Amino acid sequence: MTDQPYLQLRNVKKEFGAFTALSHINLEIAKGEFVCFLGPSGCGKTTLLRIIAGLETPTSGSIFQAGNDITRRPPAERDYGIVFQSYALFPNLSVADNVAYGLVNRRVERGAIKNRVTELLKLVGLPGSDAKYPSQLSGGQQQRIALARALATSPGLLLLDEPLSALDALERVRLRQEIRALQQKLGVTTIMVTHDQEEALSLADRIVVMNHGFIEQVGSAMDIYREPASPFVADFVGKVNVLPGSLNGQQLSVGTFSIALPRVPARDSSTQSVKVYLRPEDVLARPVGGGAASFAADDPHVFDAVIEKIEFLGSFCHVRVNTPAFAPHKLTVYLSLNFLTEQSLVVDSPLRLKLLPERLRLF
Amino acid sequence: MIDAVLNSSTSLTVRQKTHWSDRIAHLSLALVALALMVFLAFPLGAILMQSLLGKAGEFAGFSNFITYAQTPALLTSLWNSVWVSIVVTVITLPLAFGFAYAITRSCMSHKSLFRGISLIPLLAPSLLSAISLIYWFGNQGVLKAAMQSVGIAQIYGAPGIVVAECFSVFPHALMILITGLSLADARLYEAAAAMGTTASRKFFTITVPGAKYGLLSAGLVTFTLVMTDFGIPKVIGGNFNVLATDVFKLVIGQQDFAKGSVVALLLLLPAVLTFAVDHYVSKKQTAMLTARAVPHRPVPSRGYDMAMTAFCTVISLLMLAMLGMAIFASFASFWPYNLTPSLRHYVLGMVDGEVGEGFVNSLKMASGTALFGTVLVFFSAYLLEKTKGAGWLRAPVRMLAMLPMAVPGLVLGLGYIFFFNALSNPLNWLYHTTALLTLCTIVHFYTTGHLTAVTALKALDGEFEAVSASLKVPWYKTFWRVTLPICTPALVDIARYFFINAMTTISAVVFLYSPETKVASIAILNLDEAGEIGAAAAMAVMIAGISAVATGVFMLLARLVDRRTQAWRGTR
Repeated sequence: MTDQPYLQLRNVKKEFGAFTALSHINLEIAKGEFVCFLGPSGCGKTTLLRIIAGLETPTSGSIFQAGNDITRRPPAERDYGIVFQSYALFPNLSVADNVAYGLVNRRVERGAIKNRVTELLKLVGLPGSDAKYPSQLSGGQQQRIALARALATSPGLLLLDEPLSALDALERVRLRQEIRALQQKLGVTTIMVTHDQEEALSLADRIVVMNHGFIEQVGSAMDIYREPASPFVADFVGKVNVLPGSLNGQQLSVGTFSIALPRVPARDSSTQSVKVYLRPEDVLARPVGGGAASFAADDPHVFDAVIEKIEFLGSFCHVRVNTPAFAPHKLTVYLSLNFLTEQSLVVDSPLRLKLLPERLRLF
Repeated sequence: MIDAVLNSSTSLTVRQKTHWSDRIAHLSLALVALALMVFLAFPLGAILMQSLLGKAGEFAGFSNFITYAQTPALLTSLWNSVWVSIVVTVITLPLAFGFAYAITRSCMSHKSLFRGISLIPLLAPSLLSAISLIYWFGNQGVLKAAMQSVGIAQIYGAPGIVVAECFSVFPHALMILITGLSLADARLYEAAAAMGTTASRKFFTITVPGAKYGLLSAGLVTFTLVMTDFGIPKVIGGNFNVLATDVFKLVIGQQDFAKGSVVALLLLLPAVLTFAVDHYVSKKQTAMLTARAVPHRPVPSRGYDMAMTAFCTVISLLMLAMLGMAIFASFASFWPYNLTPSLRHYVLGMVDGEVGEGFVNSLKMASGTALFGTVLVFFSAYLLEKTKGAGWLRAPVRMLAMLPMAVPGLVLGLGYIFFFNALSNPLNWLYHTTALLTLCTIVHFYTTGHLTAVTALKALDGEFEAVSASLKVPWYKTFWRVTLPICTPALVDIARYFFINAMTTISAVVFLYSPETKVASIAILNLDEAGEIGAAAAMAVMIAGISAVATGVFMLLARLVDRRTQAWRGTR
């Protein structure tokens, strides 16, 4: 990573009348990074992308790209390629003309254009489709052409506005992997807007989680998932059980259950109520009385539970359990299908569960 | 502290620099705004001004309106206009609804033939049906005796106006109702059928409520068209005065501009009301049909389809009788005594009546309207819909583009006299020129073209311009390479609409021509005034013929354009 960030947003704010779409956005993106803007619809992620593209003007704040202040530059004077959810391919132009659209205007020599188009179509895995029209291609193929068109002029920044949302599930995963491979090969700094957490987790070097016009957290996929900075992030990315508890020093109590936490943020010593965030997979399960495989009897992290409901989802199941210690709150845990079958666990089967205290998040 | 610093810095709003290509767009939009101001807003303003001025040009307040209200003859015209328009609406609406119902909700055969015949009145000036009625029921009409036996003394006056108007407004009402009735969700009918609902109950609980906005809109349009039509009452009105003929008499006959402008404002009233209601209704209508609606498909039912066919046949025969009589009479040597076919009336009209020159003028004007009107309308719609910036210009331009819908031709024409004939106007030299006739016609029919263009543009991906900008291609190149080729079918549509209407229009241009720039439709009016009704019929038939040929040419053009520019469409 170089000292100077490639793209820098300083105090960007956007208001639509009385509505504040973005407030005090500060963000730095390094050259060659793949960053995802993740958040629910209406969180301002697309607005932020459009501000970077110059398609919207921020109410205040400034944007620097490669050391230049681009805040007031119109789109045509910025350096980026963009891909939209709707593909926005020119339907009356052939695939080759679409890809060459930005090159023709730069007075590139005709032979050079042709070579570049061939090279790009090969790059996106659609060699030989030059003469076709967009309507002859599938959605995924059209989006590949849109990607080739955006990359044709070798922009310093690639902006992707929910590029996969219009595609079917299989195509989405395939193109997702291709985009990542392509981005790493070309080393182009890329920002992608998505509301799909799986997409963001699997693609991005860093994820920017947004909500109500604020950045909630910026971090790697693992950071975001394991160390959510706010209840919103914990809730939005992945599933989570929320339990009310109280904290006294290092001692955490939930219902009648009480454990000592290995690390506690510095708080005052008096008892205070907290919300405990526990991911469904952060619980280990053993059958009751399973001999050598069972948990140590005196382990304070272990508690009893009874299966109330099993939701079958293929290789693993969402299992809702009743825990007397946490009553009246119930817990959802993920258990593998193999485990349930081997232990012949069904509804009403008893079960022993163990918390992983280092995985708990308190807010 | 930090917050305070941040807040003070945020009070400066960021403004993006305007790219030079966007400046071109803003300048173009400003020019469009200027053109619409000069050729629409100012003439209308001139009428308003005129209505408040006295004979000598002094400010007279509302005295013109008061004098008007105290003139019994003029009030009679107002009442005549209103009741005739109501009667025509009451007759036309159910007939057009039946016809539209047959076309959209039955399985009768020859639908496109029926539909084609029903559109005949659009091809000729409205007065064609009046001329034809004179041949059927006039003093020497073939069915005069039959008419008198049912108690109508003569066709001249209210009866003639009502019947002729019914014919000429029929296609307008029909098109609106067809649109209204085709927006039906089959699921509603299936649900009703599943509950064992009777056909008549389905009709009154699903069909009629679904079409109510269409009915309202068609009713208002019919009323306004009749109220503001000039040709028919002029030809067959006799001594029966209506507002439209009053305006003409007051302004051209008596040069009483003050009273003329008061009457023009009265004509503007129902049109503005129609426009307002229609605008409100069209918003409701779009909300009614969701993207998930399943289009209703009629199922064959022998007796019902036969009845519908019979109904449409009767209407179509009446339409054909109207056109047929005009054609027949135009070829008759000397009606009603010598009916052997001859070209006497055509020669008389073309050569002696100098309508030949009128046709040349008409063709010039229609071509000019089609060409320049289409270019102006489409380019303006593009600037409005697809470019950004200059926000303060957009709302006024949008409003001015919609305004012509609410302005009757007579009113617009009158505004043009007041505005362009004023000696102090630097554009005074335009008065009486074909150029001004063309401009007036473009403005008169602007809104329909504008709406067609906007619909076509809205169907395009909204991000084309953003993509172009990111590729550093200026908007006008994308307009030329992408937008224009994709929209050519809409362009041909707009051009055809302009052409046909320019060929047949009377109301707006009747105030603006000079002997040198007289167009054919006006020449027909003059022939009729001179008592040469045979020649008038012949020329009206010729206009219908030219319009029909032009329609054919435009359809061919559309097909050609389709093949050349729409190759990408059907290739999936």
